[in-house]
Amino acid sequence: MSSTPLTAGTHRVPGKWPNANGRFGEFGGRFVPETLMGPVEQLERAYEQARCDANFQAELKRLLKDFAGRPTPLYHARRLSARLGGAQIFLKREDLLHTGAHKINNCLGQGLLAQRMGKARLIAETGAGQHGVATATVAALLGLECCVYMGEEDMTRQAPNVFRMRLLGAQVIPVSSGSKTLKDAINEGMRDWVTNVGNTHYLMGSVLGPHPYPMMVRDFHRVIGQEARGQVLELAGRLPDYLFACVGGGSNSIGLFYDFIPDREVKMVGVEAGGRSLRLGDHAARFAGGKPGVLHGTYTYVLQNEDGLIAATHSISAGLDYPAVGPEHALLHQSGRVEYTQASDAEALEAARELSRTEGIIPALESAHALAEVIRRASTLSREAIILVNLSGRGDKDLGIFQSAGIL
Amino acid sequence: MANASTSRLSPVFHELLKGGEKGLVVYVTAGDPSLEATGEILRAIDHGGADVIELGVPFSDPLADGPVIQRASERALKGGATLRKVIARLPAWRAGVGAPIVLFSYYNPILQYGLDAFARDARRAGVDGVLAVDLTPEEADPYLQAVRTQELDPVFLAAPTSTDDRLKRAAEASSGFLYLVSRTGVTGERDELATTLAPLVQRARRQTSLPLAVGFGISNPRQVRAVQQLADAAVVGSAVVHAVETRYSSGGARAIGDFVRWLKHGTGSEPA
Repeated sequence: MSSTPLTAGTHRVPGKWPNANGRFGEFGGRFVPETLMGPVEQLERAYEQARCDANFQAELKRLLKDFAGRPTPLYHARRLSARLGGAQIFLKREDLLHTGAHKINNCLGQGLLAQRMGKARLIAETGAGQHGVATATVAALLGLECCVYMGEEDMTRQAPNVFRMRLLGAQVIPVSSGSKTLKDAINEGMRDWVTNVGNTHYLMGSVLGPHPYPMMVRDFHRVIGQEARGQVLELAGRLPDYLFACVGGGSNSIGLFYDFIPDREVKMVGVEAGGRSLRLGDHAARFAGGKPGVLHGTYTYVLQNEDGLIAATHSISAGLDYPAVGPEHALLHQSGRVEYTQASDAEALEAARELSRTEGIIPALESAHALAEVIRRASTLSREAIILVNLSGRGDKDLGIFQSAGIL
Repeated sequence: MANASTSRLSPVFHELLKGGEKGLVVYVTAGDPSLEATGEILRAIDHGGADVIELGVPFSDPLADGPVIQRASERALKGGATLRKVIARLPAWRAGVGAPIVLFSYYNPILQYGLDAFARDARRAGVDGVLAVDLTPEEADPYLQAVRTQELDPVFLAAPTSTDDRLKRAAEASSGFLYLVSRTGVTGERDELATTLAPLVQRARRQTSLPLAVGFGISNPRQVRAVQQLADAAVVGSAVVHAVETRYSSGGARAIGDFVRWLKHGTGSEPA
């Protein structure tokens, strides 16, 4: 790869959102207890300063390159493309980043920001454990204390990541309330933050939560799409026809999509977790079964019942198993710029097996949801068509799930 | 204009002030341990001497609450309590209760109910004030319009982390009283009052003439008295909810009334 990836997008401003109130259209905003408003406003100011500070940006760029391993390759999956008999499939290899997923992009950014703000302690929620591992890694790198909240059910199904976090020196706190998954881990994280606001930065792992998180986390992941845009132009000589990414909170997808938003000819597809079925409680497909509401500080699509109580969710992938979606995705859904669809547990497992055997790449089950949609569609497209998929994480953490699903 | 209250909250604080007294605000979770029990628990709390009752609406994700109120919410939700059912039963519960009632909820259930319908139905059910714990004044315009149209008192929180500007804003958006959060953190009993409390009360006093009620971490008569030295009223939540959890099954609503009486007048250890 040449060293051009950043140039393609550096001077483009793909969207006008959020506005000064942290709104993406009608979505977003700030819905937190009063105690957190001070810290959230402080964070907003600190981020605005850091964003314009060349030293901050240079330090982040250095760490993304030397520590995390950017730029990540854009890989032409020739055997998979040929086997499906349609479009040419390119994989954006975020799985090759240090710690095994895209999450490190955001953690390095927020970690440096926490240091600037003089916060000695990082807290985070984690579902699949990828964000927890990335946060623990950055805490170790920067010499910060780290505490990660993780649902008990997720600790069981993503056990290897629990061990990694502990080895990195983080304290992993099991969350036994509610559904014992990501949503409940965020509740506990917020409770910790509201108690320890003085010395603690809440390192939120997705484009969720009160403003400025959805904007800030997106900005830290924009590098995915900026690189990919330059790479596909170089490899194929033109923009892709389609982008695909899985959508839990929506950080890897917004990171890939964002710099392509002005390119009207590029279609974008976000893939949510279809779980066992599309009955409420059996999935995490917010655009299939949710409606606008407030959860964890933001107004967005939420899976809920008619009384406004948050619904239980299910997905085989812990990283997608969450009842709300980033507010910018809600706007992109409303405007029709991005199409949202879903892949089931079974389809994701099958897609993971397919990529492993065809290309020698074991994807995370989250990313396998995006692949499942690609597998469904590739053969309907011409051989000249170009598909770009964000392979957001690697699948080592999911071996136990593959095993119990009986596909090993 | 913003502080024009036609609910029972202002008269209650006015009477207290006139008599040189300080108030006791008692929080309890609706539907805990059951919807059936809530009516008699509210009457017991009223008779026990609460000046204002905060009725908590259980929510699936109570991120501002500590373990005691989390458990109460889970019990109440298991028993089928929802905002709709709470409002539907309030007229019956309210009969025989003299204290003003403030509904204390997270924002999403109110939003899904429909802001105008919620305010109208709450008012008809005999609610005096409303507090949405994860709603701050800057996001509250449509909510405020609905609530004020029905002449309900909107109550907002101010915290030790609130700047003077934010304190002012919370006071301007509130009527009836302003709720001061005594410490950073979630709801729950604490051994000592926070050192941040006195400065917060002083700052709030400079911004508003509204009555000031102080909550979070207040659980016994000694703390109630200490808060009443500083502010107009003390709010006791988790300790009362804990009493419901541990005393209701054996002592019934009377035990909850005794507990409130102890908070109001007591000096020694908890009632048996």
